Amino acid sequence: MHGILTIFRKEMGDHFNSLRFLLISALIVMVGVIITSMVGMAIQEELKGMAKPSLIFLLLFTSTGKLFSFVQFIGFFGPLLGIFLGFDSINRERVSRTLSKLVSQPIFRDSIINAKFLSGVAIIAIILVATVLLISGLGIRLVGVVPGVEEVSRLVIYVVISLLYISFWLGISILFSVIFKSAATSALASLAIWIFFSFFVSLGASVLSDAVAPISQTASGVDPEMLIRHERIQRLTSLVSPMTLYSEATTTILDPMRKTTRTLILMGPLERFSMSRFQSPLPLLESIFIVIPHIISIVAITLLCFGICYLVFMRQEIRTV
Amino acid sequence: MKGQIIVETEDLTKKYGSRTAVDHLNIKIEEGEVFGFLGPNGAGKTTTLLMFLGLTEPTSGRAKVIGFDPTREPFKVKEKVGYLPENVGFYDDMDARQNLRYIAKLNRISGGVSEKRIDYWLEMVGLSEESTKKVGTFSKGMRQRLGIAEVLIKEPKLVFLDEPTIGLDPDGTNRMLDLIHSLSREKNITLFLSSHLLDQVQRICDRVGIMINGNLVAIGPIDELAKKKLGLGKEDYTLEEIYMKYFKEA
Repeated sequence: MHGILTIFRKEMGDHFNSLRFLLISALIVMVGVIITSMVGMAIQEELKGMAKPSLIFLLLFTSTGKLFSFVQFIGFFGPLLGIFLGFDSINRERVSRTLSKLVSQPIFRDSIINAKFLSGVAIIAIILVATVLLISGLGIRLVGVVPGVEEVSRLVIYVVISLLYISFWLGISILFSVIFKSAATSALASLAIWIFFSFFVSLGASVLSDAVAPISQTASGVDPEMLIRHERIQRLTSLVSPMTLYSEATTTILDPMRKTTRTLILMGPLERFSMSRFQSPLPLLESIFIVIPHIISIVAITLLCFGICYLVFMRQEIRTV
Repeated sequence: MKGQIIVETEDLTKKYGSRTAVDHLNIKIEEGEVFGFLGPNGAGKTTTLLMFLGLTEPTSGRAKVIGFDPTREPFKVKEKVGYLPENVGFYDDMDARQNLRYIAKLNRISGGVSEKRIDYWLEMVGLSEESTKKVGTFSKGMRQRLGIAEVLIKEPKLVFLDEPTIGLDPDGTNRMLDLIHSLSREKNITLFLSSHLLDQVQRICDRVGIMINGNLVAIGPIDELAKKKLGLGKEDYTLEEIYMKYFKEA
């Protein structure tokens, strides 16, 4: 424990002193503030002279405004944040020859990798919490709505899911920093994985579903069973990507109007009508029930990723030459 | 000689795939001596050191360092054994004192004690005035001296030095050798150094071991090896002559 604490403190100090940390947090805070001001003003405009609908506070995070929503931004930029914080954590010490010195001190070898991972997680948590608080404060000023207990709980869950998700990417980049001797290689490898999951998995999913269950136009229109099969295959394939898991989980948690994580919702005209007339947000507990499988999956892949990283590091021989 | 055995190995062997890096090594080092570990590049010297520190596991055989098996109890060994690798690295964006403080903390040396020791060893290696400079600006010799200070912060019983004088200027080399000598004589620290600079080894080492291709081909006091290899009565031998003789035979 002692070793972990000492290395953790040093790593935190390194992070705080690094230009990298400054740039990333400045970027996130800046984008967050800009998005919130735009969204906040739009909401203010729309609400003039109207009774305030429930759960409006969450709109600050989810509504897209002119550009994109904060949630979308974190969904896109979060993995990069994790990668930036971890891609040179082990190989930097290897190149500067401090790793061999570190392992010859009376500490357990795993405390090095544990402390590096934990300090990255702590930094991510600090950035996320600070940004969400900043946006909340700005939102309260702009919109004039104080968040209720349910909105706050939803936001807390959102932050926790995001933390887990970004930690997964931190784990990936630390894994590559253990495997590759050069920081540039490990950064590129992490980015390659990121690009693969963000673009190619969804592309592959649609190709696969087209191949397995093609939607053909018949005289009577689209065969609904085929359409459902097509959607199901596409969905299952894209769930391979942690990004899909994350975006489905967060949008469902933050938008109580959503009753399912699925994108395709077949509804008759009457159901559609009732949707628009009777808004009935889902209670928090039920939103959680819907995304529980997603959260468990994200926790599992994060732990798996760190586990592999841990094993590889423990088995490596650390030589000075 | 104080007689107490501080390092002892029993058929210590390390294989990388089919290549044998260290082959049935049997060695005994006594407390307080300065032992020179010689051999060409790739002879298995560093691998041996790594096994002594528990940083790599032997394929077969056993080692005992300060009374503990480094494979089973690496923690106990690392608490009392210092290791200065060749071309030691530092955190270049921290100053000398911060580097030492970090290592002291990892060794669980409490704040007050560690500051005193840091002051003392910085003084001993002649870096007191540079203690607040970033290590990134240090010259090779200063880094090497800081490395020595860093190893000694934990007050080890035994220190492994890998090429401690390489890259130092003649004056720096002399001071380093004097320091090593005084560590052994005054602080009763056992020193195990591997080096290619044979004249220096000859100056400070009580005994030497020569390792070639993973085999320890000779071990003993330098004058005994000289008698054995160069014949009786030869007075002005150098370690280099002895070494080359062993090297050619192997």
